[in-house]
Amino acid sequence: MPKPSLSISDEPIADPRPGRLVVDAQNISLTFDTADGRVEALSNVNLQVAEGEFVSFIGPSGCGKTTMLRVIADLQQPSSGTLTVNDMSAEAARLARSYGYVFQAPALFPWRTIEKNLKLPLQIMGYSEIEQQQRVERYLSMVNLTGFERKFPWQLSGGMQQRVSIARALSFDPALLLMDEPFGALDEIVRDHLNEQLLQLWKSTGKTVLFVTHSIPEAVFLSTRIVVMSPRPGRIIDVIDCDFPTDRSLEIRETPEFLKVAQRVRNGLRAGHSYDE
Amino acid sequence: MVLALVAIWYVGAVAMNWSLVRDGFEREETPYTVSDVLAGTMDAERPLLPAPHQIAAAFLDSVFGYPPLAPRSLVYHSLVTLSATLLGFLLGALFGIVLALLILHSRVLERSLLPWIICSQMVPVLALAPIFIVVLGALGLHGLLPKSIISAYLCFFPITIGMVKGFASPDPLQLELMRTWSATPRQVLWKLRWPASVPYLFASLKVAVTISLIGAIVAELPTGAEAGIGARLLSGSYYGQTVQLWSALVAAAVLSSALIALIGLIERAVGRRMGVH
Repeated sequence: MPKPSLSISDEPIADPRPGRLVVDAQNISLTFDTADGRVEALSNVNLQVAEGEFVSFIGPSGCGKTTMLRVIADLQQPSSGTLTVNDMSAEAARLARSYGYVFQAPALFPWRTIEKNLKLPLQIMGYSEIEQQQRVERYLSMVNLTGFERKFPWQLSGGMQQRVSIARALSFDPALLLMDEPFGALDEIVRDHLNEQLLQLWKSTGKTVLFVTHSIPEAVFLSTRIVVMSPRPGRIIDVIDCDFPTDRSLEIRETPEFLKVAQRVRNGLRAGHSYDE
Repeated sequence: MVLALVAIWYVGAVAMNWSLVRDGFEREETPYTVSDVLAGTMDAERPLLPAPHQIAAAFLDSVFGYPPLAPRSLVYHSLVTLSATLLGFLLGALFGIVLALLILHSRVLERSLLPWIICSQMVPVLALAPIFIVVLGALGLHGLLPKSIISAYLCFFPITIGMVKGFASPDPLQLELMRTWSATPRQVLWKLRWPASVPYLFASLKVAVTISLIGAIVAELPTGAEAGIGARLLSGSYYGQTVQLWSALVAAAVLSSALIALIGLIERAVGRRMGVH
């Protein structure tokens, strides 16, 4: 049985990591009051993420994985604890546009063409017209959507729309990519395909990625580290390193090493989840 | 459907004009038959209810039978009312949108403004119009502007209500994306809230444009205006010229349908540019 409320810094293998810390969270707690009483969304979460890592958060609903991502993005404020993102406070990091956020839904602006959707953050951040055009070309080709510039979002499939939203999050070259179940609404085949593409993207850009997911294979396939979380109160119960070769393909999911890591994630999830409810 | 209505109308015209025509024959002590009376109900000079073909003939005559700027031409009167309507519509739309922006800006303002706005719409405009005309006249405003102001006074309301809803219509995810890009409030307004509210804008503009036409006509009634559809209605009812009355009504109906159709066309053109399918 894993210890309750285990923090990453207690894990011998989780630290130290090479490189600069992009996210450093110490004792983050977040409680809020609802009609049903007080909810502890996060309880004493410690997390260090170094530059270039791909960290997945996995756990059942209500375990606080999305909340943690939102706290890092300064979309929600923790009740206590200290947090630095890219060597700044979370708010300063948001104002400095240090991260790109990808939601579960593509959240494209339906009245803008794909090209204009990609340009939106660039316009807001005051990039020049030429720079905008160059970046649109670069990032559309990065997600294999060259030729769709003039299409409107509704003319694209769900998977393509999500690729646009990933390109949009990357377009202003943030240090950090925050992804909240980006492929959760897509079917298995599209999802596999996008997982491979995302891995390529991560390799070629060297971005630090924080990735929330429900899917064990997805987490194990993509990550350098997997953070297993548990609800009531939302906390980290296990941190698993998984250093598969960077040129891995989907076939790796059949190997014993992969299944071993997946098994450990599953055990962690089972232990943290009470099935009485 | 239309044919049935016309048939009912003809029956109604016969029934309502019957005694009028019969009394006419009896007063002149000429012998008459049922078919004489029947024929009489169809082309009485001042019928209680003119038959559709009489209205059509009078309408066509007063539209095409005179040079467009002659005082007996309905085109002339329609143009007078139309100019007041369009100016009033423009003023009302601007005022309505500005009010919606203020309400969007501050919840306090919503609570303090809304009762007044609703009150303003509960006072019958027929009672207010003469007051407006007198007050504005004392300020040296005559002719087009007072009518337009009454028209604007009536038509801003649906636009305010529609645009408050429209400005609040963006998806929460889209608003959060703007936050992750640390967009300024002005950027959120122009790049998100404004385009998102376009469908609401056109829906409320369609309602407002007919109201502003009614406002312009009503404004012509108590002022004894010499020109305009309202003036035609007034003089028609003074002199019992029911046919003239009805053809002025037809002109008003044609005018408002044309205005709505025009807005519909603009909506389609804008929609095409914004990728509406």
